[in-house]
Amino acid sequence: MIISVASGKGGTGKTTVAVNLALSLANTRLIDCDVEEPNCHIFVKPDIESRRKVSIPIPQVNDDKCDGCGRCQEVCAYNAIAVVNKKVIVFPELCHGCGSCSYFCPLKAIDEKNKEIGIIEAGRKGGTDFVHGRLNIGMMMSPPVIREVKKYIDKKKTVIIDAPPGTSCPVITAIKDTDFIILVTEPTPFGLNDLSLAIGVVKKLGIPSGVIINRSDLGNKKVENYCAEENIPVLMKIPFDRRIAEIYSGGDVIVEVLPEYKNKFRDLYKKIEAIINNKK
Amino acid sequence: MKQIVIISGKGGTGKTVITGSLAAMAKDKVIADCDVDAADLHLLLDPEIKKSHIFKSGFTAFTHKDKCIDCGICKKVCRFDAVKDDFTIDPVSCEGCAFCSYACPENAIEMKENISGKWFVSETRFGPMVHARLGIAEENSGKLVSLVRQKAKEIAEDRNYKWVIIDGSPGIGCPVIASITGVDCVVMVTEPTLSGLHDAKRLLDVTNHFNIEARIIINKYDLNPDVTGKIEKWSKDKNIEILGKIEFNRSVVESVVNGKTVIEYTNNKVTEQLGNIWKTLERELEEEK
Repeated sequence: MIISVASGKGGTGKTTVAVNLALSLANTRLIDCDVEEPNCHIFVKPDIESRRKVSIPIPQVNDDKCDGCGRCQEVCAYNAIAVVNKKVIVFPELCHGCGSCSYFCPLKAIDEKNKEIGIIEAGRKGGTDFVHGRLNIGMMMSPPVIREVKKYIDKKKTVIIDAPPGTSCPVITAIKDTDFIILVTEPTPFGLNDLSLAIGVVKKLGIPSGVIINRSDLGNKKVENYCAEENIPVLMKIPFDRRIAEIYSGGDVIVEVLPEYKNKFRDLYKKIEAIINNKK
Repeated sequence: MKQIVIISGKGGTGKTVITGSLAAMAKDKVIADCDVDAADLHLLLDPEIKKSHIFKSGFTAFTHKDKCIDCGICKKVCRFDAVKDDFTIDPVSCEGCAFCSYACPENAIEMKENISGKWFVSETRFGPMVHARLGIAEENSGKLVSLVRQKAKEIAEDRNYKWVIIDGSPGIGCPVIASITGVDCVVMVTEPTLSGLHDAKRLLDVTNHFNIEARIIINKYDLNPDVTGKIEKWSKDKNIEILGKIEFNRSVVESVVNGKTVIEYTNNKVTEQLGNIWKTLERELEEEK
């Protein structure tokens, strides 16, 4: 089963849920898809066993062959290639690596070279496999890195995906084709607004989901009311607890410091399993 | 006119609360919410929308099955796995590159322009505000951010205002880069957690990469004095100015629940700390010229 953890709003506790869930279950693989700001490794402290670069193919023009016809500029949807005075200029930071320009070049004057945009690291901690991606500094596009990290999904294991915040392309790339989405929120107007946006995404993707309300006693009841109206299950509530805040701030894991939480996360898993089995 | 952007790397550190507070304290400013993915500032500032515009951006492929001869070239050329087995398009995966459309021998694939969201020019009790809403599961948030910023800047120039105050988004990718390029001052909001520090470090690499000066605010600094100490040491090593520290206080959540900026809601240590931060920032930026 593949469970993704998302939120809309940042800082609601996605990483806390993903890490603690992964470390409470057997035979898990934790995949951190928040490649702009990956944090799971701070808590899991895995032994990294392998590293791999992620690249996208960007055009390289062979000036000897090019006659400046401009076909490449015409087919590029991203303004990443321009022809000025019969000379081709490439803007690598705008290129999505679709390959259209080199395919359509009538003189076959465009090759592709790899441009590194990020890195993937894989390893383990105890019985948990760990994988994360990291976008290189200054790079605009995280989805290609997220797609590569997701290739580490192993269907024989329980896979937990930590998604980035927001509602646009990076989030969609991280959570699509997963079996269940946990949405972590907080009971404030910000939490509610961003939860409703995230629910919109989840509905569009047609993936079953449930909500965890973090710091459930700071704020008001509107998130709970919203979930009841929209018929979205509330899977878990985590009250604000200074101990948890301290554990988190120091990079420690709740289920290791407060083992009583392990059963709560196992119950969470059972609830998700029951929802998925019900849908089948 | 100077542009100030509030960003954080890590989400949930208090960007929007701080942006709202600066908006309440600064005079002669335009407010821009550039967290177009999950915009929240309107919940504090209650903007009255004066003008609403449609944001069109990018394209999505669409297969006309009546023209399609099932040759499969589209599926072969697509690098984003967006062409399904029946040669229709999965719009969520489609990046709008149009490769399939150009490659199709029957001209069966049309590129349709996306309506990706809306953007608004509004009035608030603190002055004009430009904000946006990206459509569900849409892309090109970077372009929408640039558009919102451009509009906010135009209004500020028209009215001869001193400030554009920008609420940014979390992360370090496309919308963040779009929100910081060309600004006068980046204010990074962090919190005393190892995640907060880790993300602030990556964010500083980004501001350095684009050669933009950054200052820092440590929010909820008393939640972990050890990590606050680490952030202070790091800031000193990197020569980043700490604009101020803000304590953890439940009144901040209460103000949000009441739809107000904390500055309007109460008068306590937090509002005093925020007041000092704005005084410092205002003075320094006015001296810069």
